[in-house]
Amino acid sequence: MSTASDTTTAGARGARGAPARRVRRLSGRDKWVLGFMVGVPTLIQLVLVWIPTLLSAALSFTRWNGLSLSDIKGAGLANYQFIANDYPPFWPAVQHNVLWLVFLALVATPLGLLLAILLDQNIRGSKIYQSIFFTPVMLSLALIGVIWQLFYNRDSGLLNFLLGTAGTPQAVDWFGDSSVNIWAALLAATWRHAGYVMILYLAGLKGVDPTLREAAQIDGANAVQTFFRVIFPAMRPVNVIIIVITVIESLRAFDIVYVINRGTNGLELISALVIQNLVGEGQVIGVGSALAVILLVISLVPITFYLSRAFGKDKEA
Amino acid sequence: MTMHEDALRRASSQGAWDRRTLLKTLGVGAVALAGVPALAACTGGSAPAASGGAKTVSFGSGSSDEVPKNAYKAVTDAFEKKSGIKVATNVVPHNDFQNKINTYLQGSPDDSFTWFAGYRMQYYADKGLLAPIDDVWEKIGGNYSDALKKASTGADGKMYLVPNYNYPWGFFYRKSLWAEKGYEVPTTFDELTALAKKMQGDGLIPIEFADKDGWPAMGTFDYLNMRLNGYQFHMDLTAHKESWDQKKVSDVFDTWKELLPYQNPNALGMTWQDSAKNLGDKKSGMYLLGSFLTQQYTDKTVADDIDFFPFPELAMEGQDAIEAPIDGLLLSKKGGQNQSAKDFLAYLGTPEGQDVYASVDSANIATAKGADTSKFTPLNKKMADAISNAKSISQFFDRDALPAMANNVMIPALQSFIKDGNVDVKNLEAQAKSLYAAQ
Repeated sequence: MSTASDTTTAGARGARGAPARRVRRLSGRDKWVLGFMVGVPTLIQLVLVWIPTLLSAALSFTRWNGLSLSDIKGAGLANYQFIANDYPPFWPAVQHNVLWLVFLALVATPLGLLLAILLDQNIRGSKIYQSIFFTPVMLSLALIGVIWQLFYNRDSGLLNFLLGTAGTPQAVDWFGDSSVNIWAALLAATWRHAGYVMILYLAGLKGVDPTLREAAQIDGANAVQTFFRVIFPAMRPVNVIIIVITVIESLRAFDIVYVINRGTNGLELISALVIQNLVGEGQVIGVGSALAVILLVISLVPITFYLSRAFGKDKEA
Repeated sequence: MTMHEDALRRASSQGAWDRRTLLKTLGVGAVALAGVPALAACTGGSAPAASGGAKTVSFGSGSSDEVPKNAYKAVTDAFEKKSGIKVATNVVPHNDFQNKINTYLQGSPDDSFTWFAGYRMQYYADKGLLAPIDDVWEKIGGNYSDALKKASTGADGKMYLVPNYNYPWGFFYRKSLWAEKGYEVPTTFDELTALAKKMQGDGLIPIEFADKDGWPAMGTFDYLNMRLNGYQFHMDLTAHKESWDQKKVSDVFDTWKELLPYQNPNALGMTWQDSAKNLGDKKSGMYLLGSFLTQQYTDKTVADDIDFFPFPELAMEGQDAIEAPIDGLLLSKKGGQNQSAKDFLAYLGTPEGQDVYASVDSANIATAKGADTSKFTPLNKKMADAISNAKSISQFFDRDALPAMANNVMIPALQSFIKDGNVDVKNLEAQAKSLYAAQ
């Protein structure tokens, strides 16, 4: 990428100076390579991102059963009206996505930060702990489902066993009771998210200049003050990434609820609704696409925030 | 890039814009939008289409549970031995098979595959994704009753399905428990609730119930609806010829409310297998489910102790209607060109073929006339009688109704009804209107 843009700037400069020289700088082969390097990513981007996105947006204004192209019928805003007015799982899904965000931001992310700080101390076996906390991030969705079923099962799960309620009517129905299952799912999500955040912060902490720490100590700051006044602000780039990751994780949260009960009965999330409507026998392409567009529009907010931050910084520099 | 080339190539060879390529593109887009890990679109990866002379058949099977899987294996082995035609079976987990049926049929499906009768078959036949098998039916038609023939016919009047077996839904219970407590089979709804009350007093969960997967509750809805409003109303409602927003429908839910206190209160966190265990362990008195329930009891003493009775009478038509979904084999469009695949289907439509299946899986009832009933257990006999004596046979809500209505509307609606006993029939109608219009 950088090579490509360097060459372009060089070429542009040449063009301003003396057109004749540019020809000499870029041989036919150079042009071919340049075209290839710009063309291929553009095409990939176009085919895999832009065209599908635009088509999805277009389909959200149609009624379609997903089978025959001739069955596509225009629907105007009907799908959006349907979602907002007549589709019962939609508003709970929005609420659950918000809850997911708040929970990750207030519990899971700080927990990851705490783990990172603890493991950043030169304690014995810190590498082992790191691996343990990071393992969930690498596990497949199916495995996570199996593991948490073992914890949560009403009659034979570990949690009810520890609570001493297994096999009794007081046993908590972690997956079936819609007032607790969202929290059960959030705990499973935290299990993964905290490890993710931990690794990022560990990398960030390693990158902080040690002299800052020394300077703070010489100034008489205690450990807590050192961290919050000096180290944490110094990790600003990491913090921005973590905020964005947390927001995106909460929007794309999907796998855990899908494994539990396919995102029904108290575990509705927008992403699960998208899949329910786009995949499988109950395919309603128009409604599914409209839900996907809604999710896209919401996702654009943090993405734009991040990009403007990142590029804004470049300009300052 | 390859996608474009692919599309162009196909378009020039078929003279039409290729639907599948577009669909793939859209699918990728939708998944990308959702930011969801791509669910591998499974299209079976079957053997290449065998043309007329080739002696191979590919067979896609959604019968992934142990018992039916072995039963189909026995059938294909017997067919291979008899005809010299080789059958390559691709077994896909049951729920995955159903969820991917759209992409499966539009991708490169197997020649023959397991599927269901009713709307679920007619829908795909109507979209031209199945091959008609009228010639197969000329050979095997005599083996089937008119009701089964009707269930195997598409909306265009052509035949599409070879029925293998069907199975009734009813209340299952353990004979020894009932004998011990002196319970008697109820024939009216009042007797049912009275019995349930008694069972509750005896410390049992009267009616076992599980709905984590969403679909089992449809059985209760179907029966209450048929007993209250009749078989024809069930068919008209699932076809959306009747509105959901009417007293007849809300009556169904009001009646159900009388049963709710007796159904397992933990239903929403349980699968039907969990509930089957409770019934086997004598923790619950009875269980309204399909007879596939009995596959769960590997202990012979328990299996022999299971009996069933039909859903009690309520307001009309007595106990004449029974819910008995039909499973069988279909041919994909591609399989229609493979004579060997047709031979395979024809074989399954003979008493001989069905006997091979039934020799392994005895939880279901063979559909062909002349199939061996000598090995029937008393329970099998009772189930077969119940089906053959019924005046009308319904499939199941999700087989009689539009798939989107069953999956996207009924599952959440029934789950929320089970939770708090509330249902908004006005909203059901609004959703139905929108979804049926999209088809």
